[in-house]
Amino acid sequence: MDWLNAIVQGTLLGGLYALFAAGLSLIFGVMRLVNIAHGDMIILAAYLGLTVTTATGLHPLLALVLVVPTMGVIGYVLQRGLLNQTLGDDLLPPLLVTFGLSVIIQNGLLEVYSADPQKMDAGALETASVAVGGLNLGVLPVLTFAVAVAVIWGLQWTFYHTALGRAFRAVSDNQDIAQLMGLNRRHIFGVAMALALGVTAIAGILLGIRTSFDPSIGGGRLIFGFEAVIIGGLGNLWGTLVGGVILGVAQTVGAKIDPGWQILSGHLAFLLILAIRPNGLFPRIS
Amino acid sequence: MGAILKLDELSKAFGAVTVADALSYEVQEGDALGVIGPNGAGKTSMFNLITGTLPSNSGKVLFAGQDVTKWNAARRSHAGIARSFQVPQPFSGMTVFENAMIAATQSAGLHGHEAERFCLRVLEQTELLPKANVLAGSLTLLERKRLELTRALCAKPKLLLLDEIAGGLTEAECTSLVQTIKDIHASGVTIIWIEHVVHALLEVVDRLIVIDFGKQIAEGEPHAIMNSAEVKEIYLGIEADA
Repeated sequence: MDWLNAIVQGTLLGGLYALFAAGLSLIFGVMRLVNIAHGDMIILAAYLGLTVTTATGLHPLLALVLVVPTMGVIGYVLQRGLLNQTLGDDLLPPLLVTFGLSVIIQNGLLEVYSADPQKMDAGALETASVAVGGLNLGVLPVLTFAVAVAVIWGLQWTFYHTALGRAFRAVSDNQDIAQLMGLNRRHIFGVAMALALGVTAIAGILLGIRTSFDPSIGGGRLIFGFEAVIIGGLGNLWGTLVGGVILGVAQTVGAKIDPGWQILSGHLAFLLILAIRPNGLFPRIS
Repeated sequence: MGAILKLDELSKAFGAVTVADALSYEVQEGDALGVIGPNGAGKTSMFNLITGTLPSNSGKVLFAGQDVTKWNAARRSHAGIARSFQVPQPFSGMTVFENAMIAATQSAGLHGHEAERFCLRVLEQTELLPKANVLAGSLTLLERKRLELTRALCAKPKLLLLDEIAGGLTEAECTSLVQTIKDIHASGVTIIWIEHVVHALLEVVDRLIVIDFGKQIAEGEPHAIMNSAEVKEIYLGIEADA
């Protein structure tokens, strides 16, 4: 039962990792941009959530109503104002610029919020649990997983069943031709970044309810997100969810063997999959 | 009916290579203009200048009376300029229908069912309807050329630029494509057509211009142009007799 418990808890944790990863996956899929600052943007969203909850007394989940659109606007402005200028045939400029952004966000957060660990108070939700077949499932992890499934389903549906999704795929396929078909790629990229940071906002708030956070932990979230994306295969959002689950299960099973092995075993699972299937499990983009 | 397109001393050079040398001509609404010239003469570059994918060095592009020289490709597409490519460039990971829908919703600005119905009509006209749900990447050359045409038409163009759309096709394929283009022209769309398959071109166009080294060297009635000594020499490489 203990092992089953570790696997179930790991699966639920995987939902959070999939939320870390979904925005990365979306951005890479649409504009081949690797956003090194993605983890810091998750933490930025957590701090925005903290500010909203302390200023208004709102429940952190209700704070999403404000934080998601705020992050969306930040994403659109950032893309139009800065990141679009870095995109071209060379992959290096966006890497360098988002690395710079990562440093700026981290230090900005340090300046405003200090290095003290913070946490959002979600009241009874944090400790609530339900007993299912002898297992105790935390309501928050279950909710996180359900949100992850809903977000990925929503992104997938947007990609394949809406005009916006068609525009994303057209721009991803051939930017120049898309322009000739009347698509303004700068705007489309802006919308994609807005959507990605909206998802990031959800990830940040759920992270901030689950654990304490400080300005320095963005890099670690970026790595988890990357690993989930790569395990699942580039360009496949459901694959990203599977990747998150594999990473989460590897971590909780590793922690079960020895608490010190939690993070390491996640990375080892990632390395193993990379060694066997360099393109990930279900790649759509080669 | 006025001029739908007017090029005014339009020039473009890449270093020492001039691809457009003070190009100036007008195309009246409803006309079909053929463009011929040797490889590398600057014909495709001229299309890139008209659609806005290539910025000009000097001169103007006027479309429907408006100066569009500073407009980007997307804006010109909204205004009604569409083109096909010599080497078909479909969105290969999307279905034929989705390819059409991109042009219909983005360029022509149609929505929902109206866009879908319009795309289906165009696909029927271009004989691609049976392939509507096939991935564009899996089409044959003729089908890809037809998809180029489909996408351009779904943009509801006022001006349609065709770049060697008959090249590489068999005689039978070419004949059916020419018929489709004739129908499109008959429906009122202005056409500029670059083509090496001259007999196909002559079936549709009512005026011909000849371009060499980015310069317009002849213009006029198609058969007269084809028979002129200058064209034979420069375009076909036949020495003109004195």
